[in-house]
Amino acid sequence: MRRVVVTGLGMVTPLACGVEETWSRLLDGKSGAGTIQRFDASHLATDYACEVPLGDGSDGTFNPDDWMLPKERRKVDDFILYGIAAATQAVEDSGWKPEDTESLERTGVLIGSGIGGLQSIAETAVTIKEKGVRRVSPFFIPGALINLISGQVSIKYGFKGPNHAVVTACSTGAHAIGDAARLIKYGDAEVMVAGGAEAAICEIGIAGFNACKALSTKRKDDPQAASRPYDNDRDGFVMGEGAGVVVLEEYEHAKARGAKIYAEVLGYGLSGDAYHITAPSEDGEGGERAMRAALKNAGLEASAIDYINAHGTSTMADTIELGAVERLLGDAASKATMSSTKSATGHLLGAAGAIEAIFSILAIRDQVAPPTINLDNPAVESPIDLAPNVKREREINVALSNSFGFGGTNASVLFGKVG
Amino acid sequence: MSDIADRVKKIVVEHLGVEEDKVAENASFIDDLGADSLDTVELVMAFEEEFGIEIPDDAAETIQTFGDAVKFISQAS
Repeated sequence: MRRVVVTGLGMVTPLACGVEETWSRLLDGKSGAGTIQRFDASHLATDYACEVPLGDGSDGTFNPDDWMLPKERRKVDDFILYGIAAATQAVEDSGWKPEDTESLERTGVLIGSGIGGLQSIAETAVTIKEKGVRRVSPFFIPGALINLISGQVSIKYGFKGPNHAVVTACSTGAHAIGDAARLIKYGDAEVMVAGGAEAAICEIGIAGFNACKALSTKRKDDPQAASRPYDNDRDGFVMGEGAGVVVLEEYEHAKARGAKIYAEVLGYGLSGDAYHITAPSEDGEGGERAMRAALKNAGLEASAIDYINAHGTSTMADTIELGAVERLLGDAASKATMSSTKSATGHLLGAAGAIEAIFSILAIRDQVAPPTINLDNPAVESPIDLAPNVKREREINVALSNSFGFGGTNASVLFGKVG
Repeated sequence: MSDIADRVKKIVVEHLGVEEDKVAENASFIDDLGADSLDTVELVMAFEEEFGIEIPDDAAETIQTFGDAVKFISQAS
């Protein structure tokens, strides 16, 4: 059986642009939340979010000019800009920049998004209403389509292998990485650039999630305390934005070129709830089946899991997932650490599973579990260590990353240390 | 240079990301200034917006160079 390893990482998050910049802030317990700066959100039920910090590129800020020329950037929605930035970092980090035809044809891209060019769609609808259909930009469609990150990245690097995209709401990033690993295992490619991106912090995005009662609304005075998974005072998720991208590679291929290997993709599990359009099944049995499927795929027992990066969005569903993980781990529950990094980054929707996969990989690299910040008053007691407010230095050989999405779509990806 | 030419040049520089001195009278948007077919559609839209005119599709196809654009717009406005 072909093995798949991770050889490159890239990310743009509300904490910072860049993997190490984000990771150090995450371990330090920083929050990426604040009052929305991008537009006037004062009329919305929620006027705070976790925005990518814009700046000149120094000190972890995101400078769009570093990743796309201004004339190209105008033609794409921000989710594509973030996706290209994260993919560029990941490819550079991997050192995989082949020029021969065979290598290029054996390298693919699979980067998804939960919603895609939401802001572009909203703006174009207003343009039609105000100025008529003749004012619709020729770049509207190619700038808003979800699979255009994969398209843009393939054009940038000449990668001619499988070109694909996932759209499974908040499970997108996890599904993209899991599916891409399967493509390598199955022999469709040797290398895949995989992940997710999202840029839905705009009026229509906030209004839409407010309407389905998913967002936190009660922390206008203290946005950094709003994302508080497992805490008794949580009142909904805080929207984040950004992108996470990994380079996945067949193990022998990576070894042969002397690549830096971060971790191995040990297993991947998928399931559906068949229950409700936005709520998880009452006891979390759908998520539990995804986790069990990932373990079965890896040939591991649940007791092998050291760290779980939870879906944990800071909604009522947190304790449902926690219950499912407790059932999964059984007697081993007291030995595992589980944290929700959404406490710091907010919920990046289609990018969440991708950045959280990267956090799981870095947890293995550095033998440290990032904290669940703002966890002051746990809603329930659990034998599982939720790493409240402080990172947990501990042995981590196997890490599980969970992502669950609207529509009842669940994905779990299992990463392991390469010895 | 006329006011129209100045305004057209500004749009071309902004949309195609080219240096101002490259935008010569006979510079072709596609061959000399790096535009693709979608860029030219967007340019024509920007001209329409700037000058408050309508450029029908068949006329748009004849606008290949900076000079063509200035000439067409001068006659239309």
